[in-house]
Amino acid sequence: MVRVVLPAHLRTLAGVGSGDVLVDVHGEVTLGSVLDALEARHPTLRGTIRDHQTLKRRAFIRFFACEEDLSHDSPDTPLPDAVVSGAEPLYVVGAIAGGNHTSVGRVLNYKTRPHET
Amino acid sequence: MNNVRVLVGTRKGAFILTSDGKRDKWDVSGPHFAGWEIYHLKGSPVDPNRLYASQSSGWFGQVIQRSNDGGKTWDAVGNKFVYEGIPGTHQWYDGTPHPWEFKRVWHLEPSLADPDTVYAGVEDAAMFRTTDGGQSWHELSGLRGHGSGPRWQPGAGGLCLHNILIDPKNHDRMFIAISAAGAFRTDDGGKTWQPINRGLRSQYIPDEDAEVGHCVHHMAMHASRPNVLFMQKHWDVLRSDNAGDLWTEVSGNLPTDFGFVIDVHAHEPETIYVVPIKSDSEHFPPDGKLRVYRSRTGGNEWEPLTNGLPQRDCYVNVLRDAMAVDSLDRCGIYFGTTGGQVYMSPDAGDTWKPVVRDLPAVVSVEVQTLAS
Repeated sequence: MVRVVLPAHLRTLAGVGSGDVLVDVHGEVTLGSVLDALEARHPTLRGTIRDHQTLKRRAFIRFFACEEDLSHDSPDTPLPDAVVSGAEPLYVVGAIAGGNHTSVGRVLNYKTRPHET
Repeated sequence: MNNVRVLVGTRKGAFILTSDGKRDKWDVSGPHFAGWEIYHLKGSPVDPNRLYASQSSGWFGQVIQRSNDGGKTWDAVGNKFVYEGIPGTHQWYDGTPHPWEFKRVWHLEPSLADPDTVYAGVEDAAMFRTTDGGQSWHELSGLRGHGSGPRWQPGAGGLCLHNILIDPKNHDRMFIAISAAGAFRTDDGGKTWQPINRGLRSQYIPDEDAEVGHCVHHMAMHASRPNVLFMQKHWDVLRSDNAGDLWTEVSGNLPTDFGFVIDVHAHEPETIYVVPIKSDSEHFPPDGKLRVYRSRTGGNEWEPLTNGLPQRDCYVNVLRDAMAVDSLDRCGIYFGTTGGQVYMSPDAGDTWKPVVRDLPAVVSVEVQTLAS
C-alpha cells in the first residue's frame, strides 16, 4: 500500500480524517498510477489535484517524496522504493505563496511535522 | 407561521441563518466547507431542502456540493466543467486574445420546475446546466458561441457570468449578465442568445452603441412582471420595460450610481433597493455611511434608509450577489458586507439590524421563505 499525505482541505473533502490515505496501486507505482488509484478510491478528489481532462497537475499543487520535489516529473516516472514499500509517503501539497525558495524549504520539511506523520 | 432560511456564502465558508417569521432570534450554523470560498448557495424553489453550493479554492479548484436536507448534510457532486468544442479566445484586459479557461462557478440557479436541474454561471464566462442533480454538467454553448464572444473582456473580478434570471411565466426565457460583456437573453431555453444592451452607456467604451462590453453588476426582476428588469451597472442604475430590448437610466437622486446589488420588494414590483458605493476605485459607501436606497417608483426618486445601519466610519462593500428578499407579508430585506455583517430589515427597509456581525467577507446572500 502506498501512503499519501493530503492537504487538510482535501482530507476533509475526501472524508478521510486526519491520517495518511492508503491506496492500493496495481502495476508500476508511478506518480500517475498513485493519483489514479487515489481518485478511484475517493472520486470527490477528481479535479482538485489534476485537471479533469488533461490530468496535468493544478498550478498550485506540488508533489514531494523522500525530500525530493516531484512536481515537474513525468507522471510515468517510477516513485522511490521507499514510497512503493510504504516506508515514506507521497506528499500532495498546496503550494505556499510568498517566495519559491522559502516555500520549497517548508515543503521539504513537511514530513517532520508531528501531526502529519 | 413561516420560517426564514438565509444562505450566506463567504470567502471562508458557508453559513446558514434560520429564524421564525418574526425574524427576531436567529440560529447560525457553519462554517460549512470551512476555509473554502463559497461564491453562492441557492435552494430549489420546488424542493426547498435541496440546496446547491459552489465551493472553490485557488489551490484545489471547483467543487459543487448538494444537500437534500436543508443544509444539515452535504455531498460533493460533479465538478467537471468542460467547455464544448475548442474554447477559442476572448479579449484580455489589454485587448489581446486570451484562451477561455474555466476558473470557478459564480452563481447557481436552480430550475423553477425540477430540483435536479440547475444552471451554473461560470468564469471564464459560460453557462452550464445539470439535469441530474449536479452529477454532470454540460455547457449551453450557444451563449459563448454568440458571435461577440471573442470581443468579451473581463471586469476587475474576471470574465464571469454572475447573474441568471428565469422568467417564471416562460421557463425558456432567461436573462444573464456577464462582467464585462453585458446582458443577454435566451428565448429557447439556452440554445441561442442575443445581447440586450441597447440604452446602456459606458464611459470606457468608445462606441456608444456597442453591442457588448458593458460591465453589468447585477439584474433583478419581480416574478409578476418578468418583462420589467432592473440593473445596477458598473455606473448607472437602469430599468427595462421590454425584457431588455431597451434600457433607461433611473439613477435619479442617488448620491452615486456606482454599486453592485439591486433587488425588488417581494410584493411591490416598483419598489427597488440599491446600496450606493462611492466609486469603482473606492469600493466603500460614500462618507463612511452605509445606506440602502429605496425607490417606490421603480427608480429616479430614491430615499436613504439608515435606521440601524452604521452612519460613520463604515468602509465595507456589498458585493453583487449579496442582497436578497424574503416573501413574508412584511417583506424582509437582507444584505451582506465584505466586513462580515449580514443586515436584515423586517419592515421593507425602514429599520435594520445585524443578524451576524463577524463572518468572513460575505460574497452572496440568498433567502428562502419556508412553510413551517
